[in-house]
Amino acid sequence: MTDRTTSTRPRRPGMWSIRGPLSRHQYWLFALFGLLAPLVLWWVMSSLSTTDKVFMPSPVDVYHRLINWYVEDELMSDVWISVYRVTTGFLLSAVIALPLGLMIGTFRPVQAVLEPLTDFIRYMPAVAFIPLVMLWVGIDESSKIAIIFIGTFFQMVLMMAEDVRRVAVAQIEAAQTMGASRGEIVRLVIFPSAKPALLDTLRVTMGWAWTYLVVAELVAANSGLGYSILKAQRFLQTDKIFVGIILIGLIGLVMDQLFRLAHRKAFPWLYLKH
Amino acid sequence: MNAKITIRQIGKIFGEGHHQVEALKDISLNIADNEFVTFVGASGCGKSTLLRIIGGLEYRTSGELFTAGKPVLGPGAERAMVFQNYSLYPWLSVSENIKFSRRLRHGRESLSSADVEAASGRADALLSLMGLTPAARAYPNQLSGGMQQRVAIARALMGRPEILLMDEPFGALDAQTREVMHDLILHVHKLERPTIAFVTHDVEEAIYLADRVVLMAPRPGRIDTIYQVPLPADREQDMKHTPEFLRLKKEILARIRETSGMKTDQGLLDQLNLQGVAA
Repeated sequence: MTDRTTSTRPRRPGMWSIRGPLSRHQYWLFALFGLLAPLVLWWVMSSLSTTDKVFMPSPVDVYHRLINWYVEDELMSDVWISVYRVTTGFLLSAVIALPLGLMIGTFRPVQAVLEPLTDFIRYMPAVAFIPLVMLWVGIDESSKIAIIFIGTFFQMVLMMAEDVRRVAVAQIEAAQTMGASRGEIVRLVIFPSAKPALLDTLRVTMGWAWTYLVVAELVAANSGLGYSILKAQRFLQTDKIFVGIILIGLIGLVMDQLFRLAHRKAFPWLYLKH
Repeated sequence: MNAKITIRQIGKIFGEGHHQVEALKDISLNIADNEFVTFVGASGCGKSTLLRIIGGLEYRTSGELFTAGKPVLGPGAERAMVFQNYSLYPWLSVSENIKFSRRLRHGRESLSSADVEAASGRADALLSLMGLTPAARAYPNQLSGGMQQRVAIARALMGRPEILLMDEPFGALDAQTREVMHDLILHVHKLERPTIAFVTHDVEEAIYLADRVVLMAPRPGRIDTIYQVPLPADREQDMKHTPEFLRLKKEILARIRETSGMKTDQGLLDQLNLQGVAA
């Protein structure tokens, strides 16, 4: 940078000014730094420490474990079964939460009946439902899906109801004065208007669904990433725990990006240059 | 002239029990066919509430309301409303926004292909009337505030409403854009001949546009004075500087101040001045 101190022109605001500008290039450099710095720090710490690898495996150890898991232990089937459980539980709760959220956000009596109840249930820990789920649903695939469902559904309903409530009143009233019926307003105004926010809610709750994976695979599982983490705990395979956690994080990151991409494709008007 | 809108002793009370507020009391007014009436008044005088009652969006606690001789029981397509902002559908293009009401009728009664053709002809006519033709395929958030309000007006006109209700439609626009919009809405009024009820806090706007200016007063909301605007039917911007215009503007502003119940402000100001002198 060449600064002429004698210039009377004010300097362009730098990236460190409050809410200052950051070019795309600079953004990715910083993001890369944010991702790599912990990795380097981890490496340094694990190589400096004289303690047992059980406490802090190095990135190399974790990498070897990943390869080993992939080659000898059916990593991919663990990944797929976990993706299947999370996605199914998530989709099931989305399919039920969407119409309910739409009703709660649109009709006050429905809100009065369902919202306090949902608020009450969502504070109950999903883990505590495990014995009941085993009793009612059994111990097969559906029980794991049920735990994911319980963990995400109630939050999802409330967030979707809020998305629907945020639709501008003027949009609804304009439709009323154009002669729209109640059904037409829900179908042609409220739902399309709330859609971008609803997809964002799905993206956020998808992340939560993944956090319930380990809990779900507590229930009589014999495969899956969460199950593998739990089993590795029993055998003090810290490196395997690391692999499991990092994989869940990466899958979550990919899914999040896919949701963001879908958002940009589905709602182009939100991303237009003005 | 026969009355297009008949308002008879309308009252409106907000809230329940001890928290009741009388927003409107004993409002009676006739608005003639094709008349342009503006409503002004201090904040809290209930002018927007009255407009929303005519639109059927707010329910009246007492009184009777007829449009074209029929009692108003709720919102209806013959009473289209233009809001200050946030009423456009951001997921629809400008021309889709304008044609929105056609989508509704499609669902209700099957139209012949001739009707559909006439409708798209009307949409095109409104686009060009509003100077929106180049922006037909744009989305609302790509447009300036003034352009967005043009879309909102065109959309309201699409169903050929007998009555156009406008709730501070230009309140969020800058002064220059507002002047352009004034001449545009007067042109629309002359061309389409709707009856217009228009709420504003801008007295100059109220006089320039209206055949009659209705001044309302707060606590409880009521009609205070009705002014006939002494200007020729065809308005031009220069008329804003004529003595009649300025005299009426001064009169209305003074009356709003008198009815606003804000006299304490003047007292407070005097007190401050005295203290300043003392210091």
